[in-house]
Amino acid sequence: MAAAAVRAPVGARQLHTGRFLPVLTVTLAILAIWYLGAVWLNAPQVIDRYDDQPWTWQQLVQDSWSMERPVLPAPHQVAEEFNKTVFQTAITSKRSLVYHAWITLSATLLGFALGTLLGILLAVGIVHMRILDRALLPWVIASQTIPILAIAPMVVVVLGSVGLTGLVPKSLISMYLCFFPITIGMVKGLRSPDVLSLELMHTWNATPAQVFWKLRWPAAVPFLFASLKVAIAISLVGAIVGEMPTGAQAGIGARLLSGSYYGQTVQIWAALVMGSVMAGLLIAVVSAAERFTLRAMGARP
Amino acid sequence: MTRHLFTGLLLSLLLLAGCWWTLGQVHAGPVGGGFWLVILSLLVVAWFAMDQLAADAIGARLVPVLFGAWILFLWEVVVVGFQVPHVLLPPPSAIGQAIRSHLDMLRADFVQTFVRAVVPGWLMGCGAGFVTALLIDRSPFLQRGLLPVGNLVSALPIIGVAPIMVMWFGFDWQSKAAVVVIMTFFPMLVNTTAGLSQTSAIERDLMHSYAASYVQTLVSLRLPAAMPFIFNALKINATLALIGALVAEFFGTPIVGMGFRISTEVGRMNLDVVWATIAVAALAGSLSYALLAGIERMVTFWHPSYRRR
Repeated sequence: MAAAAVRAPVGARQLHTGRFLPVLTVTLAILAIWYLGAVWLNAPQVIDRYDDQPWTWQQLVQDSWSMERPVLPAPHQVAEEFNKTVFQTAITSKRSLVYHAWITLSATLLGFALGTLLGILLAVGIVHMRILDRALLPWVIASQTIPILAIAPMVVVVLGSVGLTGLVPKSLISMYLCFFPITIGMVKGLRSPDVLSLELMHTWNATPAQVFWKLRWPAAVPFLFASLKVAIAISLVGAIVGEMPTGAQAGIGARLLSGSYYGQTVQIWAALVMGSVMAGLLIAVVSAAERFTLRAMGARP
Repeated sequence: MTRHLFTGLLLSLLLLAGCWWTLGQVHAGPVGGGFWLVILSLLVVAWFAMDQLAADAIGARLVPVLFGAWILFLWEVVVVGFQVPHVLLPPPSAIGQAIRSHLDMLRADFVQTFVRAVVPGWLMGCGAGFVTALLIDRSPFLQRGLLPVGNLVSALPIIGVAPIMVMWFGFDWQSKAAVVVIMTFFPMLVNTTAGLSQTSAIERDLMHSYAASYVQTLVSLRLPAAMPFIFNALKINATLALIGALVAEFFGTPIVGMGFRISTEVGRMNLDVVWATIAVAALAGSLSYALLAGIERMVTFWHPSYRRR
C-alpha cells in the first residue's frame, strides 16, 4: 500500500480518486465524534462537580476534556499520556509503555514463530497424507469455532503450577490462535499447482521431495504471506489476553487490567493505542517481508 | 460395500473392543509396561482403520469421528494410566461427570453469556455493519475512506475495549453485548461492502436495460451476489462474539457467566468444572457455526462451491 503511494504520481487526479482524502475525512470525522462524545459522556460528572454554581458552556467543554479520570478521555489526553509513558520515561522503567510493549511483543513473536512452524508442518502433513487430510482437517476447522481465548486463564494457571511462567504460557496461547490461518492458507497454497504442472514434474521423474521444494513450496509462498498477515494480528491478541489472568504484572494486557482496577481510563486508552500501533507495525513488517520475498522470487509487482 | 470400507469397519470394531478392554483395565488399577504395548498396538490398528476408511467415499465421513473419539480415548488412558493430577488435566470421564453434576449452573452461565450477551450483541453488531455498508454504498468517497479504516480496525486488538465497556455499561450483560457489537461491526462492514461490489458490469448493464431502479438492482442482483461474503462475516463474527463476551467477563461480572466461571474456578483449581464450561462454550460455538453454514447453504445454493463434483 505504502509502496504504491510512493510510486504513483501525486496530482489532482490522484487526490480525487485516491484513498488519501477519503481516509483523512473519515479520520477527522472520527476525531470530531470522539471529542463530542467526550463532552457528552463526561458532562454529567463535570456538572456534578460544579455543585450548583453557575457555569458556562465553554467551561463545561474545557473541563470535560481535561478530567483526571474521565469516562471517555479526549484524544489529546490519550496522546499526552502516550507521549509521557513512551517518550518521556526511561524504557527500563515499569512505568514505560515501551517496556510493557516489549513484554507483549516477545510473547507475540515467540507464539507467532511456533504457530507458523506448527501450521506449516500440519499443512505439509495434510497435503501429503490422505489419512491426515480426512482425520485432522475437520478438527483443525472445528477448533476455530470454539472460543480458544476462553482457555487462556486455564493454560496460564496450569502451566504456572508446573513451573512454567512468563513468556511460554502466553506464547502458547498465541501459537494456538495463529496456527489455524496458516494451516488453511498453506493447504490451499500447496495444492494450488495445477494438474499440468504436477504431471510435468512427473514426466521429469521428479521425486516427491523435488516436487515439494521446486513446485509446491514456491507456489504456496504467496498464500503463506497472506496467512501470516492474519496470524500476526491474532497472535498479538492472544498475547494480550494471555497477560490478563497472570495478575497484572507486565505487558499491554496487564496495563489494561490494572487500568480497569484503578479506574485509570487514560492509561487503558494509551495501552489500547500502543496495542494498535504494534499491530500496525507488525503487519507492516510482514507486508515488507512479503514484497521483498516475492520480488526475490521473481514476481512482477 | 467396497473392500476398503469393509476392512475399515472391521478394524474399527476391533479397535472399539480393544479400547473397551483397556479402559476397564486402566480404571481398575495401576497398569504396567505390557499395557502400554497394547495401547501402542491399538494405535497401529487405529491408523490402519482410518487409512482404510479414508479410501472410501462413505467411510471418509467416519474418519473425523473416529479420530476425535481416538483422541478422547488416548487422553483418558494417558491421564488415568500415568496418574496425572486432576489440577493439571482432568480425564474426559471426570469432565463428563462435572457436566452432569453442575447442569443447572452451566445452564445459568450459558443463558447469561450466550443468550443475553452474545446473541443480541452479534445481531446488533452484524445488523449495524450491514446497514452501514448499505448506507455508504451510494457514496464511493465514503467507501474509499471507511474501508481502509475498517480493515485496519479489524486487525487491531479490539478486545482491549472490554475494560472500557465494563466501566461504561456496568457488570451485567449489557457491557458484554457492547464489546460484541464493536467486535462484530467492522468484519461485517468490510465483507458486505466487498460483497456488494461482486457483480460484473454485464449483469448491472442487464438490470439497467430492464430499467431496474437502484433498490431493485440491489435486492434482486447485488444482495444475492453478496450473500457468500455476508455469511462469511456472520460465521467469523459468531466465533468473535463468543470470544468477546467471554473475555469481557474476565473484567467483572455478576456471579454468573461462562467467562466468570472459567476465571473463578481456575483460581479454585476446579479444573473439571472449567473444562465442562469450555465444553459447553465449544459446543455452542460449533453448533452456531454449523447452523449458519446450513442456512448459508440454503440461501446460496447457486454458488459454485456447493456444486456436486
